[in-house]
Amino acid sequence: MRLQNNKNLGQNKKISFFFDGKKYYGYEGDTLASALLSNGVYLVGRSFKYHRPRGIISAGCEEPNGIVQLELNEFTEPNRRATEVILYDGLIAKSQNRWPSVKYDVGAINDLLAPFFPAGFYYKTFMWPPKFWKTYEHFIRHAAGLGYSPKKEDPHKYEHYHYHCDTLIVGSGVSGLYAAQIAAAKNQKVLLVEQENQTGGSILSSNNHDNKISDKSQTQWKNKILDELNKLNNVRIITNTTLFAYMHYNYLLAIQDLQPNKGTDKANSIRQIVWKIRAKKVILATGSIERPLTFNNNDRPGIMLANSVSKYLNGYGIKLGKQIVIFTNNDSAYQTVIDCHYQNVNVVAVIDVRNNLEGELPLKVKQLGIKIYTGSIISNTSGRKKLKTVQIKKINQKNIEILNCDLLCISGGWSPTVHLFTQSRGKLKFREEDSCFIPHQAHQDTLSIGSCNGVFDLNNILNETYKSVNNFLNTNDKNNLDGKRYDAELNKTGKQKNAWLIDRENISKSKMFVDFQNDVTAKDIKIALSEGFQSIEHVKRYTTNGMATDQGKTSNVNALGIISELSGQDISNLGTTTFRLPYTPVTFGAMAGRFVKEFFDIERTTPIHSWHTNNNALFEDVGQWKRPWYYPKNNETMDEAVNREVKATRNSLGILDASTLGKIDLKGRDVSEFLNRVYTNAWSKLAIGKCRYGVMLGDDGMVIDDGVTTRLGEHHYVMTTTTGNAASVMSKLEDWLQTEWPELQVYLTSVTEQFGTISLNGPNSRKIVESLFPNQNFSSESFPHMSFKELKIDGVSCRVMRISFTGEICYEINISASYALSLWNKCISLGENYNITPYGTEAMHVLRAEKGYIIVGQETDGSVTPIDLDMNWIVSKKKYDFIGKRALNRSDTVKENRKQLVGILTVDPSIVLEEGSQLVEVETSLPMPMVGHITSSYYSPNLGRSIALGLVKSGTKKKGAKLIVPTINKSIEVEITSPVFIDPKNERLFA
Amino acid sequence: MLIINCPYCGEREQEEFSCGGEAHIERPKNPPDLNDDQWADYLFLRQNIKGLQYERWNHSFGCRQWFNVARNTATDEILAVYKMGEKPPALESNNPITPCGEPAIGSGNFSTSKK
Amino acid sequence: MIKRSKKYSVFSLVKNALSYHENWQPAWRNPEIKKEYDAIIVGGGGHGLTTAYYLAKNHGIKNIAVVEKGWIGGGNTGRNTTIIRSNYLWDQSAAIYDHALKLWEGMSQELNYNVMFSQRGVMNVAHNLHDVRELKRRWHANRLNGVDCEWLNTKEVKKFCPVINTSPNIRYPVLGATLQRRAGTARHDAVAWGYARGADAMGVDIIQNCEVTEININNGNVTGIETTRGTIKSKKIGVVCAGHSSVIAKMAGIKLPLESRPLQALVSEPVKPVIDTVVMSNTIHAYVSQSDKGELVIGAGTDGYNSYSQRGGFNIVEDTIMAIVELFPLFSRMKMLRHWGGIVDICPDASPIISKTHINGLYFNCGWGTGGFKATPGSGWVFAHTIANDQPHALNAPFSINRFSSGELVDEHGAAAVAH
Repeated sequence: MRLQNNKNLGQNKKISFFFDGKKYYGYEGDTLASALLSNGVYLVGRSFKYHRPRGIISAGCEEPNGIVQLELNEFTEPNRRATEVILYDGLIAKSQNRWPSVKYDVGAINDLLAPFFPAGFYYKTFMWPPKFWKTYEHFIRHAAGLGYSPKKEDPHKYEHYHYHCDTLIVGSGVSGLYAAQIAAAKNQKVLLVEQENQTGGSILSSNNHDNKISDKSQTQWKNKILDELNKLNNVRIITNTTLFAYMHYNYLLAIQDLQPNKGTDKANSIRQIVWKIRAKKVILATGSIERPLTFNNNDRPGIMLANSVSKYLNGYGIKLGKQIVIFTNNDSAYQTVIDCHYQNVNVVAVIDVRNNLEGELPLKVKQLGIKIYTGSIISNTSGRKKLKTVQIKKINQKNIEILNCDLLCISGGWSPTVHLFTQSRGKLKFREEDSCFIPHQAHQDTLSIGSCNGVFDLNNILNETYKSVNNFLNTNDKNNLDGKRYDAELNKTGKQKNAWLIDRENISKSKMFVDFQNDVTAKDIKIALSEGFQSIEHVKRYTTNGMATDQGKTSNVNALGIISELSGQDISNLGTTTFRLPYTPVTFGAMAGRFVKEFFDIERTTPIHSWHTNNNALFEDVGQWKRPWYYPKNNETMDEAVNREVKATRNSLGILDASTLGKIDLKGRDVSEFLNRVYTNAWSKLAIGKCRYGVMLGDDGMVIDDGVTTRLGEHHYVMTTTTGNAASVMSKLEDWLQTEWPELQVYLTSVTEQFGTISLNGPNSRKIVESLFPNQNFSSESFPHMSFKELKIDGVSCRVMRISFTGEICYEINISASYALSLWNKCISLGENYNITPYGTEAMHVLRAEKGYIIVGQETDGSVTPIDLDMNWIVSKKKYDFIGKRALNRSDTVKENRKQLVGILTVDPSIVLEEGSQLVEVETSLPMPMVGHITSSYYSPNLGRSIALGLVKSGTKKKGAKLIVPTINKSIEVEITSPVFIDPKNERLFA
Repeated sequence: MLIINCPYCGEREQEEFSCGGEAHIERPKNPPDLNDDQWADYLFLRQNIKGLQYERWNHSFGCRQWFNVARNTATDEILAVYKMGEKPPALESNNPITPCGEPAIGSGNFSTSKK
Repeated sequence: MIKRSKKYSVFSLVKNALSYHENWQPAWRNPEIKKEYDAIIVGGGGHGLTTAYYLAKNHGIKNIAVVEKGWIGGGNTGRNTTIIRSNYLWDQSAAIYDHALKLWEGMSQELNYNVMFSQRGVMNVAHNLHDVRELKRRWHANRLNGVDCEWLNTKEVKKFCPVINTSPNIRYPVLGATLQRRAGTARHDAVAWGYARGADAMGVDIIQNCEVTEININNGNVTGIETTRGTIKSKKIGVVCAGHSSVIAKMAGIKLPLESRPLQALVSEPVKPVIDTVVMSNTIHAYVSQSDKGELVIGAGTDGYNSYSQRGGFNIVEDTIMAIVELFPLFSRMKMLRHWGGIVDICPDASPIISKTHINGLYFNCGWGTGGFKATPGSGWVFAHTIANDQPHALNAPFSINRFSSGELVDEHGAAAVAH
């Protein structure tokens, strides 16, 4: 039932929504929970294990029961807390974990079988027969889980937002708002974050009569401060934003719901933003969470946290219940009685575990004529789908009394919300008198104020906030804080009495729920302890207490209390489990932000890329690069296209876009000495205008890169690296220079993207360069293999190298990237008469394999030395040292039976081996001893047969030997050969 | 995520940097004279300290300079930053009180003192 | 004779239900510490507990203490993503991991403790031609090593795991995958508890909240340890404490080739079954499976710096979630429920060290990096052999600490077999 004079929702628009297919009405500004409750819907879900009927118990993010499947199809979201869902017109929600309906749920049979499902039962059974676990598991998995994962793609977008501020304040209750006012007056750049859709925190559950701040009702006080803050431009307030992680160096993460009340009409819009905040100082004003009490059948729909009932009443104008009973161990729940009294809601009785009530609130209640049962407990309740009665008895007495009621408000005291404080590595201490973990030592520049700091009295909060915030911000400016001192009436509060296990004798025979969502009872905790699970972490893991979607906000401290009582240890000797991030669950999509789909990873393309796409190229991902793989013509298969490209290149003229190769510019006095140290061969005598191939090792002796380096001038070189290793080679070279050899004068610049590289290959390549550079002599005498010239085309400088990765005559032209496409086009048109054929990486691989050239990362895998590659010739014996030299002489690296690079030819020339195939000497039963594997394998159209390269144990000595490649369905006979299949005398290369 | 005070650029987010491991491991000047164990010591063996560690960082998405950082690996607090070639600063060692230094009970950052 | 906790079965459950479950025996004792043991295992994680179990069971050494600084299974055993597989490239790795896998296959029955070993298969997905080549190399090697392995093309991947996005138009399309059907997941805590119960029943003392502060060595022989709970003597000490291995090694004056790094993981909120296998993608770094409880279990990568703080950078977690959303767009509206970090000890070659040291009676089992959980029973089995016989079993001989001098590494990096 809804009040008329409701301060928050009074004038709002009435809207409709659907729960389990039925249409209801609520108001704009409602949460789904408040709207359901205002319609008298208490039963909203079924519990995880026993499928017990459950109702909403709270009004915030601690809610363990009221979780729903929100919306349908692509908009659906499992496990949303009804207490956090802001109502919008047409909202659709469904209860979870029930079949066929929340009222009639077949799974409820588990509740009857509960005696056989104690904590950890699954560790003790389902073991036989061994093969049956899969079957058991099938049923267990389908019984577990709560809501359903979406089955369609998310229509929404997400964003990340970086924010820097002086003071971050988390929570906008009394202390948070007050802290913001003080920080603002001190000229701080302030960010105030509030998880709910409106500021106020506990103010939202206050009534207009009591607990005034400087003679204003709390709502009036809040509005005044907000008015003031809103006028300032150094204060930003964001609502619907949950701070979920507090990490190193005051780095905090928050998630903001941008359209909490817009629903499904905004596909493609941004739904949530993750704020990444770096704050100089952080003030935590995160409040506290009320604890339930643990007694038999304490989970019935209609049993709610006392303060939440006040919030629904004062904040949403909802009268819950007609006959209310209160059950408490502390004074705060009496405020709920008074709140109800103001709204003429009938409170039948208050049950208080304490014998003596000393506080002012209980006195007030007594004066209202409401019956208080002191020294009493509730020992049971009835009403399966909605609370009907409670059973009361005096502590240590047998007589029971039964009271009819439709709402039971419970309060077991308060737990300060210290989650973020401990995430920041702050240390807690335990305060015995009200069983609170409170902040003890901050690890970062962090201040906790208000009830999250264990301060509950309003006047104390106001005083403490003023003092500690001023102190904490410690700025020297003398801003006027006059008129910013507030006070409240001092209330005498009675002592709280611990009531972890109020009916201890009956613990094994009753269902006293501690973790409502995971159905963990006090009995489960007792079983865990008796089975030797004594660490709090063991109890948590064995019982699953605190591991549900509410992350134990209402259950963790209660579990500690119960363990303490049962084991006779102080809570302060038990410790806590870790308060893990996130504070509340965070959408994966929001964490990914916009870095999905086209923004998932950078796509690097060459300056000639558009030509490739226009000419039907298929692409291969090499690192982040898109490289043309092959260019099918008409309806060619891949094999046909590659064979055509390979043959055309070998016979006439092929053109390759080699722009992706890494290029590092080296300048300075000591480059040749530097190259001597990082490459295995000697560089001192390389003449200007000459090129040399080098192999680079790690200091473990293993090959990490190879490429050609050209000497452009006296102190100027350019090094090429493999496409994939360009960045790591650059980093490694900088590392050596800066940290080991600062005495060397060498300057490195990555110029990979500054140049486009066009590689003209084949016997007719000389014809093209002769047309491109008509005044140059390209004969082998004047421009031999492994040499370089700086030339110009139409006034544009080009670096032309005669180097080769195909074994054919090849000219590699490097030109400023912006001219690369036009030069490519020019080459294509000049080459028409020679059947110029663009070829991709696949043909490139075939061409180099025919010639026995290796590819780092294909013939090598981090365990291959240059000696293994049969490249002794490139390892200098004269140099005293180079990177990797010492490691080549270790006892394992000098072994003769290491795997070595060889050529492999199948006896049947038509069979192309699969790359990665293993080689054996004889076929045996499994495991079959392997002697090597195939690193590269292709059909060579020039040879008219298959060829392969491989690494084989003692391979260099085994030329001519026969091996077997056992595939799934046949054994293929192969022969070890030289890895050079074409032109072993280099006649074509030097032509 | 840490904030690292690059000696050349000032404070920047950790994402701009990459760590190069333990600092002050000099590459031997006489590799041929070393036996396999000595070479392995240089190449692979590390102190892997829990507590104050001197380590190398590179401002890889910034100035690309290498420098040294003194960091407590138990808490990730950075205590000093200094350039390559400089001597490591003598710092008050705030190593863990026991070898592991974690709370004996529970697993939070719980203070074991009752007061 | 030590009284063993009662045998677990459906019947014991029913019987105990009648007495309101008030009569269960402790799964392991909380023993008084003896002055001396025949062997001490430092580290009460899965690997330490299995070591004690197999020392007692296979080698008859029952006077053993397992000392644990916190609570058993509280380190990486309780913090991993529970993936179990044996499809490693190199013969040495395949042998030891497959030995472990065989032990997993009978574990619940052997221990009389349901560790929920779920052989739901592990898929390693290829996203570029390099991946395809490397995964096929591994597939062929596995096949010939007797490790079950299949190659799936893109269509077969989609059929086996329908929630994967196999569209050819994504940034890194799925080009195929290996599948090991015997691989899967298990309930990580139960492994520690089951072995602890089994070891305890054979007389092993499991001593929790006991931190080692010194290793006592006399003339090159270990004589015992100092702990926060006093001196304990023993002539054989097996150290198996993952992230803190270097810390313990330092007490014995030993330097190890290890770096301890933060490794993070997370779970989503529980939902009804949506993915029935384990998917691992090395290239875009996404690992996901669904626990029996319904949570998606997701592993992130290691941070790039040493740390014992059990916290890593959030950027690492974000990167993983990006990859998950890219590969499983349907999970975009799912939510991260819980996140945690651990400390992993990483070897330069991504393979473990299970080895004697130059100090007599001191043994190390470490360097499992991000992938130790799957090896738990096999690791303990061979480590027990090494301690009992003072020499390695053939299965762990290749994982000697001396390989870093000789160069005989077992480099699983190059093989694209990320060690998860």
